[in-house]
Amino acid sequence: MAARSVTSREARAGWLFLLPWIVGFLAFTAGPMLYSLWLSLTHYDMLKPPTYVGLENYREAVADERVGTAMWNTVFFTVLHVPAQIALALGLASLLRRAGRTAGFFRTIVYLPVMTPPVALAALFLLLLNGQNGAVNEFLSWFGFTGPNWTTDPAWIKPGLVVMGLWTVGSTAVLYLAALTRVPLERYEAARLDGASPWRQFWHVTLPGISGTVYFTVVVNTIASLQVFTEAYAMYFGARAKQSAEGDAALFYVIHLFQEAFGSLRMGYASALAWFLFAVIAVVTFVQVRMSRRYVHNEGERP
Amino acid sequence: MVALAAVLGLVAAGCGGVGASPGDAPNALVTMGFGLPDEHATARVALFREANPEVDLRIVEGAFDEQQFLSAVAAGEPPDLVYAERRKLGGYAARGAVESLEDCVREQGVDVGQFREAAVRQVTYQGRVYGLPDFAGVRLLLLNNPVLREAGVDPASVSTADWDALTALTDRLARRDGSKLQRIGFDPRMPEFLPMWAAANGVHLVGDDGLDVRLDDPRVVEAVRFTADLVERQGGWASFKAFRDTFDQFGAANQYATGQLAAMPMDSWYLSTLAANSPEADIGVAPFTDREGRPVTELGGQAWAIPKGSRHPDAACRFIATMTATETWVTAATARRDALAAAGKPYGGTFTANRAADERIFREVFDPKGNRILERGVPAVLALQDVAFAVPPSPAASDLVRAWEGAVNRVLTGGQDPDEAMAQAQREAERALKRAGGR
Repeated sequence: MAARSVTSREARAGWLFLLPWIVGFLAFTAGPMLYSLWLSLTHYDMLKPPTYVGLENYREAVADERVGTAMWNTVFFTVLHVPAQIALALGLASLLRRAGRTAGFFRTIVYLPVMTPPVALAALFLLLLNGQNGAVNEFLSWFGFTGPNWTTDPAWIKPGLVVMGLWTVGSTAVLYLAALTRVPLERYEAARLDGASPWRQFWHVTLPGISGTVYFTVVVNTIASLQVFTEAYAMYFGARAKQSAEGDAALFYVIHLFQEAFGSLRMGYASALAWFLFAVIAVVTFVQVRMSRRYVHNEGERP
Repeated sequence: MVALAAVLGLVAAGCGGVGASPGDAPNALVTMGFGLPDEHATARVALFREANPEVDLRIVEGAFDEQQFLSAVAAGEPPDLVYAERRKLGGYAARGAVESLEDCVREQGVDVGQFREAAVRQVTYQGRVYGLPDFAGVRLLLLNNPVLREAGVDPASVSTADWDALTALTDRLARRDGSKLQRIGFDPRMPEFLPMWAAANGVHLVGDDGLDVRLDDPRVVEAVRFTADLVERQGGWASFKAFRDTFDQFGAANQYATGQLAAMPMDSWYLSTLAANSPEADIGVAPFTDREGRPVTELGGQAWAIPKGSRHPDAACRFIATMTATETWVTAATARRDALAAAGKPYGGTFTANRAADERIFREVFDPKGNRILERGVPAVLALQDVAFAVPPSPAASDLVRAWEGAVNRVLTGGQDPDEAMAQAQREAERALKRAGGR
């Protein structure tokens, strides 16, 4: 059937329905973004009017020792966190899929931790991950392992934050569960008839079948990890007694940005840092999009 | 990123206020950074309310948040009054975030001379007073006598004058079981006590003008190296800090009662905490000294100030004058003593920045009820108050603290050696001073 062309009246109605979103986008997203782009070219401490300084803030960001440290910490965290989150979510989703009639109950259990407020999570994990008497190390000691000082040893602070991040793996697991249920069962039957082992079935049937969802979660989790802030700030920077007491091991990029903006009132410099992060995220996402053309099989395509 | 940009824009556009809102009554007087945890607060606030029934005083409880405060001032929605650390007030004054109290002091007839000199210097920027000091604490050595005696150490012999001897003492008192610490021998309380360790080694981190920073002075570097070594000898920062994080510092199972700690320099307010929670504990008190054996201590505490843009500066001024007045402090101390007595607890006095108030409190109200901790500790604190130094006000106060604490943390965690760390801190401090217009 030939597609009917959209009448001008329908087009107007469409724009009308879109109008609230467009207004919201311009007022609360595009407008502030453009304003921060302008601020990034100024010195602005909020108490006096901004003064134009050209690219000085960007030049300073390149030379700022703490920017390098913060970016390294953030990338390190992202490289650890994203694969760990996806592997665990996929494993949980696979188990949930086999849960049969009890899947609903277990799905709720897996998702429930996502509801924990981030600051409460940070307080909880400061206790759980304490290297001297925390529950995590107590658990490891049952198996003969001596756990590290997760919250105070700079080498283990980021892995500790990755472990804490897995607490909210339920949201990704639920997405994978939905994707797994859409993989046609006949593909597994055909693979089994061809003598494929469970591992080969996973690699050649499951993974291509859910590659669109994997791609989505990789992109979203990468962006979220590059903007990691709340839990790390609450654990290591929030209270005065905790103010970076573990060195700069937990100084993530957005924490540095936040300190510059609201601690030193350097709104111009902080805006430049924000746009620098925007550029990094854009490049990373662009690379992921290009790679997806090779590895992602979208719905409707043959796996 | 998008959300962050939006937040930056919105705050800059004026959505970060924590002051009175347009819907509030015109007589609403809003405070920030102050709470009502005990009679020291409630009794003083009650006095103001009684004398100013026309004012709708609103105590917004919670700790002072510098970022929230500066954002609120910038957004034009500040609280009417702010209660903040004195050592950071110079930075707010330099930025124009707080108002001078010169007129307020004159109109209310406040005798600034009755406040402790070091405290007044902290609230004075370029010759003008920007705040009135509230509490005032000093720092001194607290010793766990039973632990010391068990290790064959005479508590009276413990001193910070001889750094080699202090190292040997630390080795003797610390106790480890594999990677786990069982007892800290001596906790140097770094990085927060760096100004005191530097002073003990003959140098102040910040000069009297607030602009001359000496973070890379060899004597500061030596103090950082020595204290970091003390921590390293006790298992290193990672296990040391993790162990310290397990302390029940404000409870009955505190580190002194459980024997988890032998000795450390500490703020004087902790004497009252110990006296209330572990009245039977055998705690020794001694001055922290320089390497010649002379007492060295840092005076700290909060101040009241009026933010720029306060809607009710006159009422705010009356409030500040009332809260810091001698009579008000004596009334509050009496209320505190009576409340503690009703609970069967001793009263260890109230250490304020108002010398006249302290003289009356310790003459008329002080009631230790035979508590050993207070009977030993309070005279030591009183002897130190007027010889204490304070970090002078600086236009980049917060950045300076962040620079030196960050540097010490990098040393403690093994990220940098002391020379490198303090050199970086010096560069950061000088950049901050230049940005603040001080250089």
